[in-house]
Amino acid sequence: MLPRSLRQFVAALSVSLLGLSVAPLWAADEAPDVMVLRLSTEVLDTIRSDKSLQNGELTKVVALVDRKIMPNVDFQRMTASAVGPGWRQATAEQRQRLQEEFKILLVRTYAGALNQVGDQTVAIKPLRASPDDREVLVRSEIKGRGDSIQLDYRLVKTPGQGTGWKIYNLNVLGVWLVDTYRSQFAQEIAAKGIDGLIATLAERNRANAKKG
Amino acid sequence: MNFYGPRVFGRRACLMDWLRRLALSLLLVSSMALVGCASGPRSNPADPLEPFNRTMFEFNDALDRAIVKPVATGYQQVVPELARKGVGNFFNNLQDVWSVVNNLLQFKAEGAASSFMRVLVNTTAGLAGILDVASEINLERYTEDFGQTLGYWGVGPGPYIVLPVLGPSTLRDTVALPVDWRGDLVNRQEDVAVRNSLWALRVLDNRARLLRLGDMLEDAALDKYTFVRDAYLQRRRNLVYDGNPPEETEANGLSSDGQAPR
Repeated sequence: MLPRSLRQFVAALSVSLLGLSVAPLWAADEAPDVMVLRLSTEVLDTIRSDKSLQNGELTKVVALVDRKIMPNVDFQRMTASAVGPGWRQATAEQRQRLQEEFKILLVRTYAGALNQVGDQTVAIKPLRASPDDREVLVRSEIKGRGDSIQLDYRLVKTPGQGTGWKIYNLNVLGVWLVDTYRSQFAQEIAAKGIDGLIATLAERNRANAKKG
Repeated sequence: MNFYGPRVFGRRACLMDWLRRLALSLLLVSSMALVGCASGPRSNPADPLEPFNRTMFEFNDALDRAIVKPVATGYQQVVPELARKGVGNFFNNLQDVWSVVNNLLQFKAEGAASSFMRVLVNTTAGLAGILDVASEINLERYTEDFGQTLGYWGVGPGPYIVLPVLGPSTLRDTVALPVDWRGDLVNRQEDVAVRNSLWALRVLDNRARLLRLGDMLEDAALDKYTFVRDAYLQRRRNLVYDGNPPEETEANGLSSDGQAPR
């Protein structure tokens, strides 16, 4: 369990974040690049300040991602995009299960990457989008000593929900995550159908969880 | 274009040698096409050599699990981090030399200048490249190889090819390999023993740096072959366009942002 002081810290942070997002209705939603910067910096800071997170306690990192990042992600859209044409034929129950299993898989991958946070800082590149754009591309860079990791986000405007923007695709070093999963999912669906895909994902998550 | 200086193409024999190797690689690739072509409803148009590639991938994976990964893990555990960093810096410096040439070939003045300064600073103040002084003074790395240069000049990637031992590549990058080897300072070492040791050390260094990534891949990918292929192709495309690739619509009608084409 998280130590009491950390729980209080996280609670205070969540409350303040909530306060930020439930701003007066006439206030504009946070700009997408500002939101990405804030989110990335907060997550990096939280990880840096907690040794147990850095030491690779995966369940803790998973909890952190769940708490901080997931609320800002349009996960249904990510899953729909990765599943492709098969999504339209999937039943509501299948869609729900696909989302759950895909989320577990992604969170674990993301959490695995966060374990390597050292003294990196986040730099956001200038946003090239007009204020009316419903979808934007935010480009950022995680700068370490000597090397830098390109990290891009695609966000969709969700006025009134949360911070007003949600992430639906992630790019690490030039590789769009959803696109990479799309081919793998297409293969599974072609071979075993939607249920087969769900089973494969569930199987993989079980195997990963056992590894700890 | 004799951008290299007289040493490489100074003798006719060197040029013929290079052309011969190019012809051989093309021959190899076309025979692969005959043997390993995919067809049928499940074939991927971007990966016509899939059966051949999958076989090669399995072979490389087995080789990696049997030899390279254990040795790289040992290397990481035994050699202190500072020393490993020094090794990495040394090879990065050699790579920067080749980047100068390729940046020039792509008329990228800033990249060429930065790479040149990096080599200068790191070789002198950085003790033959072991200390990465250039990064301390914020000289950015602009890594370019001949495959990227060809891409810049408009050569498309061609089919995805998994090379034995060397790993994922494309037709364009495979053809570019002999040129990259020419520009590789390790390869130009006269002494065979020194050259082989340096080469082995570089393989170890690269593999050790990818150990954690490799483990993550095991967890995250449903089909390792497909994941590596897509990641590799996207990454190369990204490198050719220096981080700004043009938008691309997917074969199944969805663009990279998940919307059907308008």
